[in-house]
Amino acid sequence: MTGETLYPRLEPLLAQVQKPIQYVGGELNAQVKPWEDVPVHWALMYPDAYEVGLPNQGLMILYEVLNERPDALAERTYAVWPDLAGLMREAGVGQFTVDSHRAVADFDLLGVSFATELGYTNLLEALDLAGVPLHAVDRDETHPVVVAGGHAAFNPEPVADFVDCAVLGDGEQAVGDITDVVKAWKEQGRPGGRVELLARLARVDGVYVPRFYAVSYGPDGTIAAVTRTRDDVPAKVGKRTVMDLDEWPYPKTPLVPLAESVHERMSVEIFRGCTRGCRFCQAGMITRPVRERTITGIGSMVDQGLKATGYQEVGLLSLSSADHSEIGQLAKELADRYEGSNTGLSLPSTRVDAFNVTLANELSRNGRRSGLTFAPEGGSERIRRVINKTVSKEDLVRTVTTAYANGWTQVKLYFMCGLPTETDEDVLEIAELATEVIRAGREASGRKDIRCTVSIGGFVPKPHTPFQWAAQASAETIDHRLRVLRAAINADRRIGRSIGMRYHDGKPGVIEGLLSRGDRRVGRVIERVWRDGGKFDGWSEHFSYDRWTAAAAEELAAFGVDLDWYTTRERTEHEVLPWDHLDSGLDKEWLWEDWQEALDEEEVSDCRWTPCYDCGVCPTNGTEIQIGPTGRSLLPLTVVGS
Amino acid sequence: MARQPDGPPPPPTVQKLRLRYTKRGPLRFASHRDLARALERALRRAQVPMAFSAGFSPHPKISYVGAAPTGAASEAEYLEIGVTRPCDPEAVRLALDASLPTGIDVVDCVAAQEGTGSLAERIDASVWRIELAGVEPAELGSALAAFLARDVVTIARRMKDGLRDVDARAAVAAATAGGEPGCAIMTVVVRLVTPAVRPDDVVAALAAVADLRPPSPSRAVREAQGRLDDTGTVADPLGPDRLASTHCQGERATV
Repeated sequence: MTGETLYPRLEPLLAQVQKPIQYVGGELNAQVKPWEDVPVHWALMYPDAYEVGLPNQGLMILYEVLNERPDALAERTYAVWPDLAGLMREAGVGQFTVDSHRAVADFDLLGVSFATELGYTNLLEALDLAGVPLHAVDRDETHPVVVAGGHAAFNPEPVADFVDCAVLGDGEQAVGDITDVVKAWKEQGRPGGRVELLARLARVDGVYVPRFYAVSYGPDGTIAAVTRTRDDVPAKVGKRTVMDLDEWPYPKTPLVPLAESVHERMSVEIFRGCTRGCRFCQAGMITRPVRERTITGIGSMVDQGLKATGYQEVGLLSLSSADHSEIGQLAKELADRYEGSNTGLSLPSTRVDAFNVTLANELSRNGRRSGLTFAPEGGSERIRRVINKTVSKEDLVRTVTTAYANGWTQVKLYFMCGLPTETDEDVLEIAELATEVIRAGREASGRKDIRCTVSIGGFVPKPHTPFQWAAQASAETIDHRLRVLRAAINADRRIGRSIGMRYHDGKPGVIEGLLSRGDRRVGRVIERVWRDGGKFDGWSEHFSYDRWTAAAAEELAAFGVDLDWYTTRERTEHEVLPWDHLDSGLDKEWLWEDWQEALDEEEVSDCRWTPCYDCGVCPTNGTEIQIGPTGRSLLPLTVVGS
Repeated sequence: MARQPDGPPPPPTVQKLRLRYTKRGPLRFASHRDLARALERALRRAQVPMAFSAGFSPHPKISYVGAAPTGAASEAEYLEIGVTRPCDPEAVRLALDASLPTGIDVVDCVAAQEGTGSLAERIDASVWRIELAGVEPAELGSALAAFLARDVVTIARRMKDGLRDVDARAAVAAATAGGEPGCAIMTVVVRLVTPAVRPDDVVAALAAVADLRPPSPSRAVREAQGRLDDTGTVADPLGPDRLASTHCQGERATV
């Protein structure tokens, strides 16, 4: 019978593996619905370890949205560590969901959320463990429909052979439409088999079915054309945008794991989208326009979420949280509400702005005052103009100094390295900056124990951004710049001992670059790497650069292209990019202009406060900016039991 | 001197509650740290008026006594919490039980009575029930006899820093074999020693002395914890508080 639990066969295996708790489910607010009661069954996967995947907001939202429907159920599945995977293969136990331990192969749909491309090998591992054919063309109507989502789905071409479809943009409404299609097709007795189902799905707004699009290549290796193979599917697939976020207050009852996870807090998304226009930021480009939740909507999500979870900390999540039109009032009124309750409120990394220190002070009134994180991203004023994240050196030093003067002892600064037009000098300015910050901070706070941590990662150009044409810096370039930076920081020990430096070497970024801007030919590299034992590529202890470069060399040679061709090669204006038929709403001509302006070190303003600069998103999608202030305020909560 | 946060010190502990809880079903795979996190959150959801430590990172006042290892189930785990106003133990038990995932069930709660001593000193042994699927009771009986006849049975246990020799025999106060055909059950009383002897160690010791190797992993349940008396019985560690409270009925309040 389908939908049967595998738990009795799994349990003896769990006694033999590390951290077995991650496989048993039973989290607070987890849901289990009877299999036979609903026509449509979704398995939702986050293709990384449970501790990383469980806190993922996207998956939690879809899990609730689907389980609220009377005609669907959703269960979760995560990447299985190699110790258990080995035992499962020996015992013939397939990839399972943690909620009811049902076989993933029994579900109608397998939705996979790709926050990063480094999860691709984990998808192949899960499909193989599930007993689902690796290639979409080899599946029949008894197999689940594999649906990719998340930001990486804006260029799913490297995994086009392995997924049946990809959903572009917000998933809340799209999963409902997909459920309707699958339900109708099943009720009608599955007419036309799998191909007919996929054709129907391809007509759902925001759903891309790669098999209905053919890619041809020119003699120089670039794409000649992408053409649809049926005329009842769209020539260009658009993205989904949920308007009026207050109507979608998910997750209402966030999952609380027993196992430790990477985020030991609850998150409330205070707005979606960002129009700051940072040119490196794919998230800011593909999630436009800005749609805020109202202060009262946020207040009730925080309240309900805390009651449902018992968490001690709430993160106010978004791409640039301090930009919420009601953030000052929100911070004060939330802090008032939770005064004396040991409840901490926090913002993710923020722009470098003195106002953000005031905000952080307010938010930390009731909880732990850990560290403050700012993200200047670029080391020099010049490079910050290139990436359109302008802040002067003086303002940066002043802001961080204010933080130290206000009693924060740990400040973390995020930077990127390998940005377009970057030189060693741009990166070396990070050392100067950190030195000045410590010097001024010691003076302003009168303390010697303040610390500044410089966290720096290699930049990876992403599709649907102005930098999609840029040459990625090689691993050697990144490693060289990190080396000179470290030497510069350590040059003056009296200051350098207060500065920490966290970084990753340049190699994983090169592979991420291959997967980010790759086309369908890259699928063969992914498969080769997985066959050679590659998985958990986001984990340094599992990632093997050599395995990737060897696979790339062998699989790409036949096409006359190579790893460098995909990464360190600058693209020309009219090159057909693998994702050109996938529409984020951004006008390609605008993106190109913005790329040229980046090279000229010209800034662009935020369209929330200045006139529209015609990026194209709102008219293409029929959307608009939704921001406050609403003029409303948060009332104090009535204390239960008083 | 360490820096102190501004503001008044946190409210003091006015009452201590002692609880017995279980680790059942799939939640036997929870580690001690997993359980601690789940309990702290459940205490907040249940709105138990927890006392907190002072300082920049206030922590709720909870002390755990002898946690069962990951993978072992338990009917008898214990902890003590400090609260800032007097509570009815039964109301706390019900509220906390309702806030915890199924499998972590709060089965007993008493108010600590003064002069009865600490909870930790009332626990020096555990009763374990270990299921050995695929092993015949008679087979287990003779293996146990061989084990009990020894003074020392050294087994190698995997620690963070490699294998380490542990004596599994000295800590065993008593052991009996039972069960049914195809599934032997061992009941074993293990004294609390350092390093702790776990149910897995006893099973490994049977392999060492009698070559008893169950075909699948054994399943252990801790049935009781407490002070081992001369008759081989393990006493209820919450008994002294219960006894003292029936003599002097304290003031009661709801949570």
